[in-house]
Amino acid sequence: MELTPEEQAILGGGRGEAARRALEYQIEVGKFWGARRFVPVTNVHMMGDIEVMGDAGLEYLKGEAGRGARCAVGTTTNARCMDFAHCERMGQDAGEAVKERELIATLRRMDVVTTDTCINYQTVYQPHLGEHVAWGDTGTVIYANSVFGARSNFEAGPAALAAALTGRTPEYGFHLDEHRKGTFAVELKAKLDDLADWGAVGKLVGESHQNYYAVPVFHGYRRTPAADELKHLGAALASYGSMGMFHFVGVTPEAPSIANLPPEKKVVTDSDVESVYGNYKLGDGDARLVVFSGPQQSLFEMKHLSLLFEDKTIKPGATCIVTTNSAILKQSRDLGYAKTLEDAGVTILEGVCFYILQNLSPMREKNRWTNMVSNSAKIVNIIGAHRFNTILRRTADCVDISCSGILK
Amino acid sequence: MNSIKVERAYGLVVEGEAVVSEEGFSPRYDLDRWSGVITRPGHKLEGTSIVDKICFFPSAKGGIAAGWAFYDIKWKKIAPKAFIFGVTNPVMVQGAVFAGIPITEGWSPHPREVLKTGDWVRVDPARKVIEVLKRRS
Repeated sequence: MELTPEEQAILGGGRGEAARRALEYQIEVGKFWGARRFVPVTNVHMMGDIEVMGDAGLEYLKGEAGRGARCAVGTTTNARCMDFAHCERMGQDAGEAVKERELIATLRRMDVVTTDTCINYQTVYQPHLGEHVAWGDTGTVIYANSVFGARSNFEAGPAALAAALTGRTPEYGFHLDEHRKGTFAVELKAKLDDLADWGAVGKLVGESHQNYYAVPVFHGYRRTPAADELKHLGAALASYGSMGMFHFVGVTPEAPSIANLPPEKKVVTDSDVESVYGNYKLGDGDARLVVFSGPQQSLFEMKHLSLLFEDKTIKPGATCIVTTNSAILKQSRDLGYAKTLEDAGVTILEGVCFYILQNLSPMREKNRWTNMVSNSAKIVNIIGAHRFNTILRRTADCVDISCSGILK
Repeated sequence: MNSIKVERAYGLVVEGEAVVSEEGFSPRYDLDRWSGVITRPGHKLEGTSIVDKICFFPSAKGGIAAGWAFYDIKWKKIAPKAFIFGVTNPVMVQGAVFAGIPITEGWSPHPREVLKTGDWVRVDPARKVIEVLKRRS
């Protein structure tokens, strides 16, 4: 790779041992992908918690902090595996909670801003067209590339951390124009009135085109989609298709015009969306776990849920979990949304995502949960490793299921 | 035919027993991260250990969290010797390089035409070639 004088200085130890090691690592990754050079990044978003990192990752992090690791650019953290206020009641390990606190303290020593959110793009940082960033969590990356027209690859925890320390990332993948062109067109004839419908579209399109470099171009939709709708679409495309980018004609900044669509064409109709819901098996009919998470809820999602739960109570013995970040939760408390939800018996978890909760499999066994119902197509897809039978339902249906105990 | 050319590669030369999968792989969703055995119900390699193996997977699955997982399994001494992917994604490469596990992408011909699970193979990332050294008897 071609290195600038500044990069050569980093490699020579001019910015400390931790930055030197980080750049060496990034060069190996860049060489693999044939990157010719680095691009400076302005913002980093990293995944790092005790559940994903394990003891090895924590030891590594402490080692780098000890070598003087400090973030060169603004760096935030993704959703983590514990809300300390709830971890005892949720049956999470006290020993792991101690390590999680140590991990958070170590990140802060390195100047990482521990926002603990997977919706940084809605609440913390919105990059502009063409801005290079290094983000982790696939849902954040696809939103950055598609909706903002910013440029990021999927950056795994160690890769995002390295970018934070050096302030740059190897130029490959979605940093390059050649990978940002649409590869197939999808006409949206369906109504798509619920967030779950947008996730269902992501499932239909993602499952049939599993490829990091497949870039769908949506067109023909009857109105302008809202941010939360694009969020659920993107999260599902990334989850089911491993995709990092989409275009939406008339909506996203780099979308081609309708006259310039890729030759491969697909159509999504109402009956396609209905067939997604119809294909989930209801197992033993267990309706005791309903989850609104993956991604964390925005303020408007919290507002909508509070309207749906108003004057209702969840069925005794059932659990309904909502996850969001600390900023949204504060506003939801101020605005009364959180109280409405908690009065209905909903558990609001802060700074976490349900599927990465520490101890989730034992939690499932202890509660004898067999099914998990959610309006998030993403979480329905990725929680399978914990052996839940998962069912996607529309938002209002999820609320009805949690209050009636009847799964339909 | 005794060798496979790969398109991209990282790592040092390693030798080991091949495990050839017809299904993609995620270290988070398919693998028991305490034993190194593929445990996801229904995976085509369910019940197979990947510890110290040279693993051939057609594709990579899973999100960002996979990046820390390779380091974790290497630390627990249950990592494979190399990952050989048909098509991979940045997270797998970032994770493998971080853990110092050799990784390659792209293959010609397809491994199923050249070798079987149990064959002893050598991965040479610098030469971008995988060679069969000994057939499973």
